[in-house]
Amino acid sequence: MKYILMMNTMKAGHGVPEWPQKDLRAHIGFMMAVNKELHERGELVSAEGLSFPDQAKLVRAGKDGRPVTDGIFPESKEFLAGFWIIDVDSPERAYEVAAMVSAAPGSGGAPLNMAIEVRPIMTGPPPDML
Amino acid sequence: MTKQWDATCEHLLRELAPQVLGSVARRFRDFSSAEDSVQEALLAAFRQWPQEGVPENPRGWLIQVACRRMTDQARSEIARRERETAVAAETENVASLLEIEADMDPDDTLILLFMCCHPALSPSSAIALTLRAVGGLTTAEIGTAFLVPEATMAQRISRAKQTIKASGTPFRLPSPQDRAGRLPTVLHVLYLIFSEGYTSSVGSHLQRFDLAREAIRLTRNTKTLIPDNAEVAGLLALMLLTDARRAARTRPGEELISLDKQDRGLWDRVEISEGIELLTAALAKGAVGLYQLQAAIAAVHDEAKRAEDTDWPQILALYELLKRVSPGPMVTLNHAIAAAMVHGPAEGLLLLRALDTDPRLATHYRLASVRAHLLEQTGDYEAAIKHYRIAAARTTSIPERNYLITQAARLSGE
Amino acid sequence: MKYILLMSGTSAGVEAYRAWSKEDIDAHMAVLRRISLDLTESGEFVATQGLAGPKEAKVVRGEKNGVPATDGIFPESKEFLLGYWIVEVPNAQRAYAIAGRISAASANIPIEVRQFATHEVKSQ
Repeated sequence: MKYILMMNTMKAGHGVPEWPQKDLRAHIGFMMAVNKELHERGELVSAEGLSFPDQAKLVRAGKDGRPVTDGIFPESKEFLAGFWIIDVDSPERAYEVAAMVSAAPGSGGAPLNMAIEVRPIMTGPPPDML
Repeated sequence: MTKQWDATCEHLLRELAPQVLGSVARRFRDFSSAEDSVQEALLAAFRQWPQEGVPENPRGWLIQVACRRMTDQARSEIARRERETAVAAETENVASLLEIEADMDPDDTLILLFMCCHPALSPSSAIALTLRAVGGLTTAEIGTAFLVPEATMAQRISRAKQTIKASGTPFRLPSPQDRAGRLPTVLHVLYLIFSEGYTSSVGSHLQRFDLAREAIRLTRNTKTLIPDNAEVAGLLALMLLTDARRAARTRPGEELISLDKQDRGLWDRVEISEGIELLTAALAKGAVGLYQLQAAIAAVHDEAKRAEDTDWPQILALYELLKRVSPGPMVTLNHAIAAAMVHGPAEGLLLLRALDTDPRLATHYRLASVRAHLLEQTGDYEAAIKHYRIAAARTTSIPERNYLITQAARLSGE
Repeated sequence: MKYILLMSGTSAGVEAYRAWSKEDIDAHMAVLRRISLDLTESGEFVATQGLAGPKEAKVVRGEKNGVPATDGIFPESKEFLLGYWIVEVPNAQRAYAIAGRISAASANIPIEVRQFATHEVKSQ
């Protein structure tokens, strides 16, 4: 069964993490190791990171059919930073992977305890929303 | 008698593909349908040859299967008409097969290259079509290489062929004058394929087709077909001299290793030798073009035993030449780096100021990252940290972002 | 360049959508399917996904002992992802044009456009 795991952890105006080198290396290494493990277990469908929120745009259709873009978002908005799509045997395994990702080390090596949103992905008939 | 399928057979199929396509396209005077038919013949070969063995005449086999598809298609179109026509087409087909096999033009691959790298095509379309028609890759392989679904890639190729059809391009070699004008586009497409393969080989856990190797193979073939051209040789040299460093660019568990910190023992000396040999021969021909200059710069780096042995004055001179041959913001940026290595970081920073007003570069991450690097060299750590972080937030490359954040952290002293 | 086009909504918004007539919902689905087909035709389509409602969503954090702590609470007013398209296009303008079309087909709700980060390295 497929799931999408989303990290909605970026806020506008916040820059890149400013942790010590050792902690950055640990974080990057941790994420690479997670992807490697998921890949080796045949669970990784895709893993993507997104560009920073200051480049994000909201788009609506304008009166003449041309898109109208603006870059104004609520200050409190938590932007999608990246996501994994995994193919696993059970919802429990999906939550296990999410918990693993959530505990990625941050500043001082402490687990970040990020909130990871886990949603099932449909492979069957289209859901009634989209 | 058939031969056992082994590791070399895939390579054989890819080498044969453009030859087969050339023959079939010329015969049926329909590049687009011929290209589809040859792709199907290739797929059939991939399915059948591992089980049944490689036929004694592999090219003939491919031509036969491709022609059958062409006539099947034609037949289904005329099926509504009289039977005689269908029978006539069938008997005509048998004779044609032998003729087609014999009617092979050594220029076919070159004709295809010029056709696929048509100036009317967008770079991504030209790349996709070239990889299929000239490279003999399957649609699925190209899709995987570019991380795009097969159906999407099939459509890109189909639309590219429609564009070519609409342009009325005949299936023959362009005139020598036209060839001279069209060659830069061909080389550019090959260079883009190489870049895509080389730049995406970092940190990727996915099994992607080795586009860099494919670009080198296609460029080698191009050089065989156009043996006296200094820019073709220059491009091949550039690819080899760059590819030679591939193994040293990353360490397991780490993403990006900058040129000055790479373990040069991991560089491929064979590729470097070949690159330098090609370059030397090309430079001797007189006219110095874009690829030769870039190859020359790569050669200077590759010849240095250690980073500190790099002949920066020579690199600076080459960038000064490059600025005249092919001016642009990236060249200016690289020139500034070289100037800093020769005359000191303050000189480099001065040159960067000119770029602050260039709209193409002012918000580009590389301007910030080069500035950060030079500021670090002047000892202004606070400013360097600031610009490393600005660059990190701007770049869309994950390995670059990680590298830049780490540089900032390093300077922050912990 | 790859972009992701995100369509989000709130529980209230989804309830309102569910109250549309069947014809209107079917018509909406048809337009969205058409957009995906057109994107395949143009060679720009990478992926699309509709997501299940927030009732099946979980927010997971890693507990110290490694046991996942889940909670499935999405406040009424909180926005959640309904679905997305991933496209590969030559520039941002084309991504915005596609997003505009999706928005127009969907009662003009705003579509968030984000560029993918890549694993590419230009230098060295």
